[in-house]
Amino acid sequence: MINIEGIAASAGIAIAKAFVIEQPNLQAEKWTIDDADGEMFRFHEALAQSIVDVQALKQRTLEQLGEEKAEIFESHLLVLNDPELIGPIERLIREEQVNAEHALQETTKFFIAMFENMQSAYLRERASDMRDVSKRVLGHLLKVKAENLGSILDEVVLVAEDLTPSDTAQLNRNYVLGFITNIGGRTTHSAIMARSLEIPAVVGTKGAALQIRSGDLLILDGLEGIVIINPDEQTVEQYRIKQGQYEEQRNEWAKLKNKPTVTADGHHVELAANIGTPADVSAVLSNGGEAVGLYRTEFLYMSRDSMPSENEQFNAYKAVLEKMDGKPVVVRTLDIGGDKELSYLELPKEMNPFLGFRAIRLCLEHQDIFRTQLRALLRSSRYGNLRIMFPMISTLDEFRQAKEMMLEEKSKLEAENIQVSDQIQVGIMVEIPSTAILSDRFAKEVDFFSIGTNDLIQYTMAADRMNERISYLYQPLNPAILRLVKMVIDAAHSQGKWVGMCGEMAGDAAAIPLLVGLGLDEFSMSAASILPARSQISKLSYEAMNVFAEEALACNTAYEVAELIEKKIQPLLLK
Amino acid sequence: MNKTFMVLSEDGIHARPATAIVNMASNFKAEIFAEADGRKVTLKSILGVLSLDLSTNDVVTFIAEGEDAAEALEAIEGIFQKEGLGILYD
Repeated sequence: MINIEGIAASAGIAIAKAFVIEQPNLQAEKWTIDDADGEMFRFHEALAQSIVDVQALKQRTLEQLGEEKAEIFESHLLVLNDPELIGPIERLIREEQVNAEHALQETTKFFIAMFENMQSAYLRERASDMRDVSKRVLGHLLKVKAENLGSILDEVVLVAEDLTPSDTAQLNRNYVLGFITNIGGRTTHSAIMARSLEIPAVVGTKGAALQIRSGDLLILDGLEGIVIINPDEQTVEQYRIKQGQYEEQRNEWAKLKNKPTVTADGHHVELAANIGTPADVSAVLSNGGEAVGLYRTEFLYMSRDSMPSENEQFNAYKAVLEKMDGKPVVVRTLDIGGDKELSYLELPKEMNPFLGFRAIRLCLEHQDIFRTQLRALLRSSRYGNLRIMFPMISTLDEFRQAKEMMLEEKSKLEAENIQVSDQIQVGIMVEIPSTAILSDRFAKEVDFFSIGTNDLIQYTMAADRMNERISYLYQPLNPAILRLVKMVIDAAHSQGKWVGMCGEMAGDAAAIPLLVGLGLDEFSMSAASILPARSQISKLSYEAMNVFAEEALACNTAYEVAELIEKKIQPLLLK
Repeated sequence: MNKTFMVLSEDGIHARPATAIVNMASNFKAEIFAEADGRKVTLKSILGVLSLDLSTNDVVTFIAEGEDAAEALEAIEGIFQKEGLGILYD
């Protein structure tokens, strides 16, 4: 029994015999040719045959995996037609009088090296696409038939140096239960394909997979990135159980993707995701998110030398709203200062940055920055369901001022004949105890609250969450925090307003049952947490959680609350 | 005629959008180029576009010359928006 480690590229567990793919030797010598025209003909014929192959692979992928996965072969087709590739090969054949194989290898070697040296991890891995294309053309020039992975008719775990996109497209998932490669990372195409085919995979074993021989029994754990060669019976048994549990869980989550989030007794809550850029929206949708609960706009302002223009911001907000296609999007206005600095906005160093000049406080003074953002937001509003949220509100005056500026910008835009939606909800983050305590007053003026637990906990406990010596005071389950949360929820509900939560606590499996019981309406978390949370909530009874929430509020310490969860709530989830 | 963008996508300008951009470029009569970090490549070559190694926060300028240059730049902006690649940078 040997354990090898790699990168967990695609979740799941496979137990089967190894099928080691021997790479055909695709290396060609260099020689001088005298018939350049004939050599050019051979090259173009190999190109044409390669194009036919790739078109077939593209068609096959399109039928089995859909348009998005087929697009990789669209890229391969572009490479096979790329003047930057064909030009240099033709020149080498004509001017250096070398064989087509050598000209091809020399030219693709250059591009492979170029990709391998790139800054972006994603582009570095495109070297494997270049190898794939190059191998295909070379195979046709040498008349070497590539291994037909489609012909595997036993249940196996594939083991290879690397799997090209062409290889993965041919896999029959009824027989190929998983694969292991020596090279690659989480964003190689083979890893991406494995995830969409739902085949467990471990990649990047750094050569360790060479220890495997065809016929070895393998356990592939794509959850942990571990491969066990020739395991003993007891280990196989353990993994069979783990496999069963994982399958069960996955089936359950998948069923929930397009379902609303409802407790066992029919109480509905909304599960939303936190995002930082427009590109994050696809993960929200693919994980069944019902809304964006927190769009952090800081990213637009950071890592650059000057303020983003109104148009630049407008385009980013519009992109998110359009992609969400009518689903709510809560955009938080600029939350800078504290630990987040902007190089081009010179702010003096402060003794207590978390208690200092930041977020809405900064925006109310730097009105130019704030009004630009508000205009961009208002202009984007007609492309979707926009909700604007002000961070770090500590007094009603601050909220009123911020809202007033928004209304002023709205009238200015309307005077310029620019359409602004009249359905925009305006809310605040509740992260300062003064605001939580006065939430009954705020509730009359805002459209919604979103509780920012990370800061609310630090301010309530008077404990800097960056200071490790006092990290024990970061206590989401402290009854003091729960009471504040309850106060905010009750205040909002008495005015018919809704309350969300966008801190870590909202995605914490231990806290979710209590938050449901306290009546929280919206939970905003990382996209990957959404389906597990929906599954958990579907097993809970709202009525029972109300009772537990009351019990938790009556506890003395965070420890007692944790114990209540462990003893009374967890057993309900296991049923 | 040109338009400048800042890349926001976490994966930079990766293979799929690059393919969309190159395919789109071939539908226009205009000569179209991309320029970043002092390097200029034709938009008709995917290897050229990928060779710019565009990552998050990089700035890229598209230059189009010809009768339908304006439409071509519009179309590029459309792809940037649709794919969440980045935003106009002026």
